[in-house]
Amino acid sequence: MDPLILSRWQFAITTIYHFFLVPLTLGLSILVAIFESRYVATGNETYKRLTKFWGKIFLINFAAGVVTGIVQEFHFGMNWSGYARFMGDIFGAPLAIEALLAFYMESTFIGLWVFGWDKLSKKVHLAAAWLVAFGSSISAFWILIANSFMQNPVGYAIENGRAVMTSFLALVTNPNLPYQFLHVLAAGISTAGFIVLGFSAWHLLRKKEGDVEFFQKAFRWAAVYALIGTVMVGLVGDAHGKFLGQTQPMKISAAEAIWENEQPAAFVVIANIDQQAQTNTFELRIPRMLSFLLYNNFEGEVEGLKELQAEAVVQYGPGNYIPSVVITFWSFRIMVGVGVLMGLLALLAVIRSKVKSLEKSRLFLKILLPAMALPYLASTFGWILTESDRQPWIVYGLQKVQDAVSPNVTTGDVLFSLILFTVLLGALVAVTGWLMYKSGTAEPTIENTTE
Amino acid sequence: MDLNTVWFILVTILFIGFFFLEGFDYGVGILLPFLGRDNDERRAIINSIGPVWDGNEVWMITAGGALFASFPNVYATLFSGFYLALVLMLVALIMRGVAFEFRGKHESKSWRALWDWAIFTGSLLPALLWGVAVANLMRGFAIEQDMNYYGGLLPLLNPYALLGGLVFVSMFTMHGANFLVRKVTDAIVERAKKVAFTSWIIATVLTVAFVTWTFFATDILTKPGINGLIPAVLAAVTLLVTGWLIRAGESGWAFTTGSLTVVFTTIMVFAGLYPRILVSSLDPSWSLTIVNAASSPYTLKVMTIVAAIFVPIVLVYQGWTYWIFRKRIEAKSENLTY
Repeated sequence: MDPLILSRWQFAITTIYHFFLVPLTLGLSILVAIFESRYVATGNETYKRLTKFWGKIFLINFAAGVVTGIVQEFHFGMNWSGYARFMGDIFGAPLAIEALLAFYMESTFIGLWVFGWDKLSKKVHLAAAWLVAFGSSISAFWILIANSFMQNPVGYAIENGRAVMTSFLALVTNPNLPYQFLHVLAAGISTAGFIVLGFSAWHLLRKKEGDVEFFQKAFRWAAVYALIGTVMVGLVGDAHGKFLGQTQPMKISAAEAIWENEQPAAFVVIANIDQQAQTNTFELRIPRMLSFLLYNNFEGEVEGLKELQAEAVVQYGPGNYIPSVVITFWSFRIMVGVGVLMGLLALLAVIRSKVKSLEKSRLFLKILLPAMALPYLASTFGWILTESDRQPWIVYGLQKVQDAVSPNVTTGDVLFSLILFTVLLGALVAVTGWLMYKSGTAEPTIENTTE
Repeated sequence: MDLNTVWFILVTILFIGFFFLEGFDYGVGILLPFLGRDNDERRAIINSIGPVWDGNEVWMITAGGALFASFPNVYATLFSGFYLALVLMLVALIMRGVAFEFRGKHESKSWRALWDWAIFTGSLLPALLWGVAVANLMRGFAIEQDMNYYGGLLPLLNPYALLGGLVFVSMFTMHGANFLVRKVTDAIVERAKKVAFTSWIIATVLTVAFVTWTFFATDILTKPGINGLIPAVLAAVTLLVTGWLIRAGESGWAFTTGSLTVVFTTIMVFAGLYPRILVSSLDPSWSLTIVNAASSPYTLKVMTIVAAIFVPIVLVYQGWTYWIFRKRIEAKSENLTY
């Protein structure tokens, strides 16, 4: 094992941990701000209780998200100094701007929000809630500007062996960015929807006097929220796929396991992939379906991986430019499959969210408990897909992962940190989950405590 | 002034903000087990930085981000070179970062003890490691021609650097004690006053030793042109005045002058380095400077515009937060949040 492999594992593992926490922060910050807006607009105390109850879960999750995020920032210099040197002129800017615009805003106003209930006027306190939510989204926006550049470089030139920014405007208007940002934001909204649905279902199943109305209200809001999120995830994801089909066909052909050129192209539902032999030994196909998915017609041609590899060799020189088809193909299917399931559940939740039908739907409520895991599954495989699909590149077409790793960090160093981070952050995510469970299944308090 | 120098100054300002603000947070964390005798007192101590510590920590993250954006080679050399030290720092920051939020979320003595320990270690270790890092920056370390440092952790833990670490720990402890004297009530204040003076004595002794050593072992105070001598003198003066003010019971002024000591010490470091950022102990021409480590003029220009707009805004709303939470925290209060 060399530092490269270990550093890749470390980055993958810490990123996945980080992204266990980020979507809920994104989605729940907005939902909590909506609840507080309703409270300020109507004066209805139930909304204040909803704000505080879900706000508590938000805060536990937020704290863990922040610390796993610091690990991410440090990594770019610690393990990927080759990347930092080559890409720093472009990549550093959005990262610094993220800190300057988003992190200060989030962290400062979260302090005001948590500690300011009896120190700020209602409206100023509400503004703090929205600024926290806004800060979270801005944070996602800027880090995805950075990631979008890695996926689809724009506005740069290569000078003296490094990439330099030539257009900041091109960076922030990267055509890949709207898809990525909206997809992530919508994933956050669905995650928050499913978490609130799940915990509400838990309480509704217990039918404790006094709580029922409170959680029915939460349920109704969360059902609509989850549906908006899942529908948006699907629509944006579909549009992103079409975009990639035009601009980076290698990513699509890998995720769909298309080895040979096809016109019209069939959609491979499941396959047994033999990457070595560059073929699928078994396929379940829907004729013409991939052409339709990518081009909205039944005739469009999809280039196979073999031809794309040959083109890449011409463009970039000798090397293997095909990502791991097994990983991308199956990650894609798990992500989409789970997403579709979430969409159906969210739709059912909206349909059944009338008080009377909720009381009769014990089975459905029970299903919503394990369903809390679904958004995490989808997000995780979403990131595995998008990051694996870029391989062997760290910056598409500009720098390979193998050239990005720090030359001075040893196997022992990374092995030590890999084990430490995996165990520590794993424990952290587990404790976060446990505390969220405790808070989510606690009685909603009548008055005023944030502890 | 060229943009490279502008960014050198801006990075300096971010580190000043970081050491000034997180300095007292670290100090408060270090003092937590000693000044808080029971759970109520500990909660009061934690709540004294509760609303602001997170925003204060962002100064470190932003300093890192700004370094990345303006001097990517520095970011690459420093973070990969100090790898293991940073791993330890991250572990400490992770534990401390969740401790404030997690501590009160479960009713159990051992649970709280765990997070109290996390806050203590998570404040002590970063304070120490930042001191070690800064001392190594001042003296230089074995950066090779390819801008990389291959020496690993051990050479970084040299006596000079460790002394620097202890200077940071003692200075931040004093800073935190001065802060607590202004932010809590009753018995904790009395204890904090005593600790403030004790840590002032220790900080002064260690600082004298460290500055003397710096004078002979580095060019920070002596190099021609811009150097750290004047800020070092100002740091010394404010430190001495701080001791006198602590003695005189002028806690507000003691906090102010103690803060100035932190500020001037940081300026001393950066002024002494300028125009270098990372000094190579092997060959002066291998040092990373504001020229050979910098981003392109275009990126620096974009970032200058962004910083010129947003840094003042951040200062305004963070300042406003301190105004909102200016009141002292009582240990017996019903309204403690953490």
